[in-house]
Amino acid sequence: MGIYILRRLLIAVPSLLGISLVLFTVLALAPGDPFEELATNPNVPPEVRMALRASLGLDDPVWQRYLHWLTSMLKGEWGFSFISRIDVDTLIWDRIPVTIAVIGLSQLVALAIALPVGILAAVKPYSWFDRIASTFAFIGFSLPTFFTGILFILFFSIHLGWFPFVFQSEVSATGWAWWVVQFKQSIMPIMVLGLFQAASWMRYVRSSVLDVIRLDYVTTARSKGLTERVVVLKHAVRNALIPVVTLVMLQLPGVFGGAIVTEQIFRVPGIGSLLIDSILRNDTPVIMAVTFVLACLVVLFNLVADILYGWLDPRISYT
Amino acid sequence: MKEHQIRALIEEVREGRLPRRGFIQRMVGLGLTAPMASMMLVHSGVQAQAAMPAYKPTKRGGGGTLKLLWWQGPVLLNPHFATGTKEQEGSRIFYEPLAAWDADGNLVPVLAAEVPTRDNGGLSADGRSVTWKLKRGVTWHDGQAFDADDVVFNWEYNKDPATSTSWISTYRDIQVTKVDSHTVRVVFPKPTPFWAEPFVGTVGMLIPEHVFRPFMGAKSREAPANTKPVGTGAYKIVDFKPGDLVLAEANPNYHVANRPYFDRLEMKGGGDATSAARAVLQTGEYDFAWNLQVADDILKGLESGGKGKVTIVSGGNIEFIMLNVTDPWNEVDGERGSAKSRHPAFSDKAVRDAMALLVDRKGVQDFIYGRTGIATANFLNNPSRFRSNNLKFEFNVDKANQILDAAGWARGSDGIRAKGGVKLKFVYQTSVNKPRQDTQAIVKSACQKAGIDLELKSVTAAVFFGGDVANPDTYTKFWSDIQMYTTTMTQPDPQLFMEQYCSWEFAQKENKWAKRNILRWKNDEYDKAHTAAQSELDPVKRAALFIRMNDLIGESNHIVPVVFRPRVSAAGVKLAAPLSGWDNDMWALPHWYKDA
Repeated sequence: MGIYILRRLLIAVPSLLGISLVLFTVLALAPGDPFEELATNPNVPPEVRMALRASLGLDDPVWQRYLHWLTSMLKGEWGFSFISRIDVDTLIWDRIPVTIAVIGLSQLVALAIALPVGILAAVKPYSWFDRIASTFAFIGFSLPTFFTGILFILFFSIHLGWFPFVFQSEVSATGWAWWVVQFKQSIMPIMVLGLFQAASWMRYVRSSVLDVIRLDYVTTARSKGLTERVVVLKHAVRNALIPVVTLVMLQLPGVFGGAIVTEQIFRVPGIGSLLIDSILRNDTPVIMAVTFVLACLVVLFNLVADILYGWLDPRISYT
Repeated sequence: MKEHQIRALIEEVREGRLPRRGFIQRMVGLGLTAPMASMMLVHSGVQAQAAMPAYKPTKRGGGGTLKLLWWQGPVLLNPHFATGTKEQEGSRIFYEPLAAWDADGNLVPVLAAEVPTRDNGGLSADGRSVTWKLKRGVTWHDGQAFDADDVVFNWEYNKDPATSTSWISTYRDIQVTKVDSHTVRVVFPKPTPFWAEPFVGTVGMLIPEHVFRPFMGAKSREAPANTKPVGTGAYKIVDFKPGDLVLAEANPNYHVANRPYFDRLEMKGGGDATSAARAVLQTGEYDFAWNLQVADDILKGLESGGKGKVTIVSGGNIEFIMLNVTDPWNEVDGERGSAKSRHPAFSDKAVRDAMALLVDRKGVQDFIYGRTGIATANFLNNPSRFRSNNLKFEFNVDKANQILDAAGWARGSDGIRAKGGVKLKFVYQTSVNKPRQDTQAIVKSACQKAGIDLELKSVTAAVFFGGDVANPDTYTKFWSDIQMYTTTMTQPDPQLFMEQYCSWEFAQKENKWAKRNILRWKNDEYDKAHTAAQSELDPVKRAALFIRMNDLIGESNHIVPVVFRPRVSAAGVKLAAPLSGWDNDMWALPHWYKDA
């Protein structure tokens, strides 16, 4: 087991290097300039902009910039944003709590909906419950979040006036009032993301439970006289969950990466909005850091998923 | 307009026959800036009653929280590092300049005790120095006193290339000395008619010496105060989250009595312009939203709820079309668009005149921009036309046809005009932006009726305005026949702005297209006028020179102005928020209040 993990980690090194190289090259080749706004201001002479570019090393050859980035990254220096001149790790740490709270909760909501609904739908396939649930699931994952987000805003914020549609990262209230404000401002983004995710997960849960529920060992369990509840939860669902676990595990890095569209619509100051702002301003160090951390997390969670398989299904071994 | 005509107008203002504002508007119509026009009046002894706008509250505080919505939030709060207006606005909450520009272009003292004039001894006769008297009793947010050393320090900070601030060109060549604890003298290397630039407005916000001194030069990035500002402003920092939130509270020791009105201030960033307009105009969740580049009919719809109003402030942003002087398609000396080449069709004035007649500015305003883009016959207006206040936009396909017929451009079998093997087929480029593509379509359809074929091209803004020397599609290369974008003329003095048509500013290969004469237009009289204006101390003579330059470039019809782009923002109905097109939106923030 230990050797297996070590081997996987060693394999991860070249692939991460490759990812970083590709990311860096693509970003370097992409057009744009962090000082674009100075360009159309005739009051700022072009040589000022050129000097700023030179001071940040933007005029060096790409390979030189990449090596520079790589060596400082290995030393644990993430660099600083071209625009704000703030250290990249500070920028990212600032955004993590909100991201995890909003995006993480939406994933929990998605699981809380997808698991029971999916299992119930699979236990009684093609019943009324199944049909209604499936219809909603189809609607859910065919509607993009930017559409449902705006729909929610129009209905709940403007028509009913229940919730604010601008997210506040600093809430001045304390005690119960703080929770109320947080709830009111978070519920819309959480539900938009959660319902979207739940819709597709529910389909997965349903089909994988459906796969096992007709197998012989489930029939055996039933004929032993076990209650339906025990049969479904202990025998069928546990086995059916293996593919679902993979899916959820691969989704977890996304919690860190945030949800660009939803964060923009509700002005949630998460990693996603940091990423899109940096892309719009050609702020390479921030884009590099966020995407690279995401790449690392994807590799890591892949490994975690593989290890979890062994625990869920003892037939899989790692020798 | 000639020098003597301007003098006559100034006399009219002095005698009260012409309102001050009328004079300034007329000068702006001639292509000058409002600050320049108001400086002319001051120089001629017509003093302005420049004061901050009316303020009703009778005590400090009690106004609750002022909620500002910036759809792109500031990411740093050091005014000298500001690369865009969002950072300038964010910094302006905390920092103040010696003086600011109001909506009419008047200079209003902020940290200065008075505006320097010849009468009060602030301006020297040779135009080489300005003496600023500083306001006494001003303290920084940390309690230290503000004095002349701070002003001198800001000069040292900005002129050091290692600090790499955005305003180095303003401070690089001047000398600043302390006269006494509350007086500083700015000395210019040569007679400088427009002296009100260093320490004034956007480029002049002052940072404290005792906080920033240890972080000058290469260490400038490490200053903790880059995100925790210590200024003299009416609000003090509470918390700052880059790109997301600026929280501030009233400064109890602010140097103007009874101000500010609001106890707390919050500037939220992120999202998009349309929903920002919605949050102010429709739901009233926020008090003020900035830079609303939103279609006017949407704004009107949101406004109809009565919770907020759209504020339109005219500055000097102009959307305009350029007709290339050089040949963008063939290389001369290994360079496309070489300054040595001539454009095959646009070198004929008849074609340029026809093109100017084929731009339906009124249509562009009515169908595309609405209140957010005001058709302009010319920012280089014909004076008599302007005086009659009867702006007519010549949009005349028949006349264009006549001009082209007369010049010998005959229609071919495909309906496209040609002469001597040159066809009137042009590539018309601009950045990707819905109103710009709509404008392109309007111009194209008019040109079709006149036998001119336009191929429309749109380039992503990041490429078009980007600084990539290797990319052929940047606006500074101008490798197409026609291009269109907005140029900003918000800076108070037109000298730098007008330099973009001087022959020594050609953007070409040898300077990596990093200079400003993108059009590569050359006119000896223009060059001479500009050189003369650089050292002309009499503001009236100087204004006449700039007007002449405007006429020269305007009459050439190599540039065709389309619409003025005023600054659009939204404010709650009760909020009194004076704005200025010549300074930041936050220039008068301490004086904002809400009507009960």
